Amino acid sequence: MQSWFPFIPESASTYSGDVDALYFYISGVTIFFTLLISFIIIFFVIKYRRRNAFEIPRPIEGSHKLEILWSVIPLLIAMTIFFWSAKVYFTQYRPPKNAEEVYVVGKQWMWKFQHATGQREINELHVPVGRKIKLIMASEDVIHDVFIPAFRIKADVVPGRYTTEWFEATKPGRYHFFCAEYCGMNHSGMGGWVVVMEPTEYENWLSGNANQMSPAAAGQQMFESLGCASCHGANAEGGRGPALLGVSGSKVALNNGQTVTADEGYIRESILNPQAKIVTGFGPIMPSFQGQLSEEQLLQLVAYVKSLSIPKTETQTAKPAPASKPSATPK
Amino acid sequence: MEEFETPKPPHTNYINAEYGLKSWLLTRDHKRIALLYLGAISFYFFIGSLYAMAIRLELLTPQADLVQSSTYNKMFTQHGIIMVFFFLIPAIPATLGNFLVPMMIGAKDLAFPRINLLSWYIYMVGGLITIYALLAGGVDTGWTFYVPYSTTFSNSYVIATGVGIFISGFSSILTGLNFIVTIHTMRAPGMTWFRLPLFIWAHYATSLIMILGTPVVAVTILLVALERLAHIGIFDPAAGGDPILFQHLFWFYSHPAVYIMVLPAMGVVSELIANFSRKNIFGYKFIAFSSLAIAVFGFLVWGHHLFVSGQSVYAGMIFSFLSFAVAIPSAIKVFNWTATLYKGSISYDTPMLYALGFIGLFTIGGMTGLFLASLATDVHLSDTYFIVAHFHYIMVGGTLLAYLGGLHYWWPKISGRMYPEGWGRFSALVVFVGFNLTFSPQFVLGYMGMPRRYHTYPADMVSWQVLHVLSTAGASILGVGLLIPLCYLVWSMRYGPIAAANPWNLPGLEWQTASPPPTENFLTTPVVTTEAYQFAAPEHKEVVGKFERQKPAGT
Repeated sequence: MQSWFPFIPESASTYSGDVDALYFYISGVTIFFTLLISFIIIFFVIKYRRRNAFEIPRPIEGSHKLEILWSVIPLLIAMTIFFWSAKVYFTQYRPPKNAEEVYVVGKQWMWKFQHATGQREINELHVPVGRKIKLIMASEDVIHDVFIPAFRIKADVVPGRYTTEWFEATKPGRYHFFCAEYCGMNHSGMGGWVVVMEPTEYENWLSGNANQMSPAAAGQQMFESLGCASCHGANAEGGRGPALLGVSGSKVALNNGQTVTADEGYIRESILNPQAKIVTGFGPIMPSFQGQLSEEQLLQLVAYVKSLSIPKTETQTAKPAPASKPSATPK
Repeated sequence: MEEFETPKPPHTNYINAEYGLKSWLLTRDHKRIALLYLGAISFYFFIGSLYAMAIRLELLTPQADLVQSSTYNKMFTQHGIIMVFFFLIPAIPATLGNFLVPMMIGAKDLAFPRINLLSWYIYMVGGLITIYALLAGGVDTGWTFYVPYSTTFSNSYVIATGVGIFISGFSSILTGLNFIVTIHTMRAPGMTWFRLPLFIWAHYATSLIMILGTPVVAVTILLVALERLAHIGIFDPAAGGDPILFQHLFWFYSHPAVYIMVLPAMGVVSELIANFSRKNIFGYKFIAFSSLAIAVFGFLVWGHHLFVSGQSVYAGMIFSFLSFAVAIPSAIKVFNWTATLYKGSISYDTPMLYALGFIGLFTIGGMTGLFLASLATDVHLSDTYFIVAHFHYIMVGGTLLAYLGGLHYWWPKISGRMYPEGWGRFSALVVFVGFNLTFSPQFVLGYMGMPRRYHTYPADMVSWQVLHVLSTAGASILGVGLLIPLCYLVWSMRYGPIAAANPWNLPGLEWQTASPPPTENFLTTPVVTTEAYQFAAPEHKEVVGKFERQKPAGT
C-alpha cells in the first residue's frame, strides 16, 4: 500500500493521529535514554578499561544528589507520558452520544455485524467516512477482541457483557481488522476488513441491502413472541412489570435503594438475570431468559428497548402498577 | 594455568565427597541441589527453545506451511509454560541462588536442607506431570489460561498441565521460605544487613514475592480446574461468574512473577558490574531498597494487563499511574550500575560482557514498558508483537543474559574448572547480536498491528513478512549463540583448566574458600569486617561486636 518500507500502520481515524503523536513522544524518550545509557557505558568501558592486572581504583561511595536527580527526572518524564496518555485514552473511552451504532457478535471464528438499519455482514464492516461509529460487542463463546490497527483501537469482547469501542474514519479504503485475544484453533483467521466509504457510496451500499429488518424491529417481534408484552404492556407502557418507554439511558431507582443507569448492560442483565436489580415497586416475578436467546437476539431486544422513547403527546408516563400480584404467571 | 600444569593434590570437595547416584538424589548439600536444578532447568530450557525455533520457522511465511493451527497453538502455549514456570522462575534462584546464598553470607548450608531437597523433588514432579501433559496431547490455551477458553472450550490437557504448574509452585514457595530464613538467621559473624552482597538483597526481595504471590496462582489454577471439572460457575457469566475475575487473579501473581524472574538477574548484574570493575557499587542502599520497592509495588500494577479487557476507566488510570511509578526503582538501578563503572578498572571478561549487554537490553525492555503502561498506546499495542518483543527483552535480554553471565562468573567455583574465555566472549557477542535481530523487528511488527499468537498473517502485508524473516534469522543466530556455551561448559567440566580458589581475585566470601568448595563451604566460619565490594585496602581496623578482623578482604 505504501511505497516505502512502513514503520507505522496507515492512519485512518480521527484518533490515530493522537496515538501516533504519543507513540513518537515515548519513542523519542526511549531512544534518547537508550542511546544516552549506551553511550555512557561504552565511553566508560573504553576509558576505564583495566590497564594492568593489579590496579585497584579508588572507591566512590555514591551521591544522594545524583540519586535524587535520576529518580526525579525520570519520574517527571513518566508523569508527562501518564497525563498525556490518560487524556487521550479518556476521550476515546467515552463514546459520543450521537454515534451510529453497529451491533457486533463474535463467535469462534467469525464476526457478525448488524447495522441499525438492518444490514447484516460477516467478517466485513462497511462504514462511511466522517461519521462516528460505535460498536456494541458481545461474544457467543470465549473472549474475542476487535482490533483495527488503522484506527488504533482495540477492545476485548467478553462473554456475559457488552463492551464498546468507537471511531470516526477519515480516509476511504479497506483496512484489516483482527481478533486480538487468543480464542482457539482458528484465532489467526478470525479477522476481516473494515471498508470505509464516501458517504454517498455508503448510502448506495445501504440501499442495495435494504430488504433486512432493523434490529429494533426484529426486537419488537421478539418482544411480542416471547410474551414480554403481558407484563411490560403491548406498547411497553408498563403493567406488572415496569414501563420500558424512555427507560434507556435514564436513571432507574431499585428496590434496594440504589439507582442504576439503564444502559445496554443493565437491559441485558434485566433480561438474563431479572432478579439481580429489581426496579423499586415491583416484585421478583420475571423469569430468566438465560440460555433461551442468542447474543444476536439479545442485542435486537436491547435495540428495541433503546428505541422506545416516550411519545411527545403523552402527558404522563405510565405509572408502575403495584407488584402485589404474586399469583401472576410470568412470561 | 599454572595449576593446570602442576595439579595440586585433589582436596575433598562437595563433588568428590561422595559418589554414586544415591549420594546425589538424597543429598542435602545446597550446592549439589543447585546442580540438580541446573541439570533440570537446562533440560526444560532446551525443550522450550525447540518450540521457539519451530514457531519462528512457521512465521517465515504468511501462510501455514510447517504445522496446522491447532499444533501451532500448542507450540506457543508450551513454549510459554515451559519457559516461564520451569525455566525463568527457577533459573537464577534455584541454581545460582541455591549455590551462592549460603556461600555469600558465610553459612554452611541453607536453613532447611531437607526442605531444599524436597523443593527440587516437587519441581521435578510438577515438571514431569507437565511433560506428560505435553506428550499426551498438549495444551493450547496460551500460558495465560484465559477463561472461558481454558475452562469450557479448550479440548486439550488443561488440567494435567495445571496440576504440573500447581505442584511446581510449591517448590518456589519452599525455596523462598528457605532463603528468607537463611538470610535472617545464618549470616556469618559481622555480616550485617548492609554488608550483604546485593545478590542477597535481590534474592530476599524475590523470596518475598515467591511466598506472597505463588499461593494466588495456585488458587487460580485450582479454580480453573474446578470450573472445568465441576462447573462451579466462578468464571462463567451464565452462572453468575465473571471471566475478568480470572484475569485479575492470574495477573496478581503473574505480574509479580516477572519480578521473580528479573530481580535475581538484577542481583547477579550488581555483582558482575561491581566485581569486574573493581569498584564498590554506586548507591548500595538505593539498589538494595529498590529491590524491595519493586517487590512491593510489583503487587500493585497487575491491572495494566487489563486495559482493553473491559476494566473501568478509573481503574485503568490508577494502574497506569502505578505502573509508571514501578519503573522508577528499575531506572535507579540502571543509573547506579552505570555510575559504578565510572573510574573503575573494567575487565572485558565474559561475565562482564553479559552484564553490560544486560544493562543495554534491560534498558530497552524497561523503556518499552512505558508504551504499555501508557493507556492510549497500550490500547493499540496490547496483544501484539510489541508486547512479545517487550517481555522478551526483559526475560531473554534481562534474565537469560544475567543467568549466563552469572553462570560463567561462578563456573570456576561451581565446577572447579575454567571455561574457555575466548569462546565465552565470542558466544556472548553472538547471543547479543542474535537476540537483537530476533526481537527488535518485533517492536515494529507490533505497532504495525500484527497480533500475537497468530499462526498465519495477511499475505498483502509485505513488510510484516520482511520483519518476520529478520526475526527468524536472528533466532537462528541466537540459537547458535546458546549452543556454544552448552558445548564448552560441558567440555570444561572434564577438560577445562583447573580453577584457583579465587580466579578473579575478588573479596566476596564465596571466593575465600576452595574451588569447588568443601561440603561445609568454609573450613572455619568466616568473620566479616567490611562492606561488600571492598577492593582497596581499608584504612583502619574495624571491630564488629566482639569480632576483630582476621583477614583483610581482597587478599
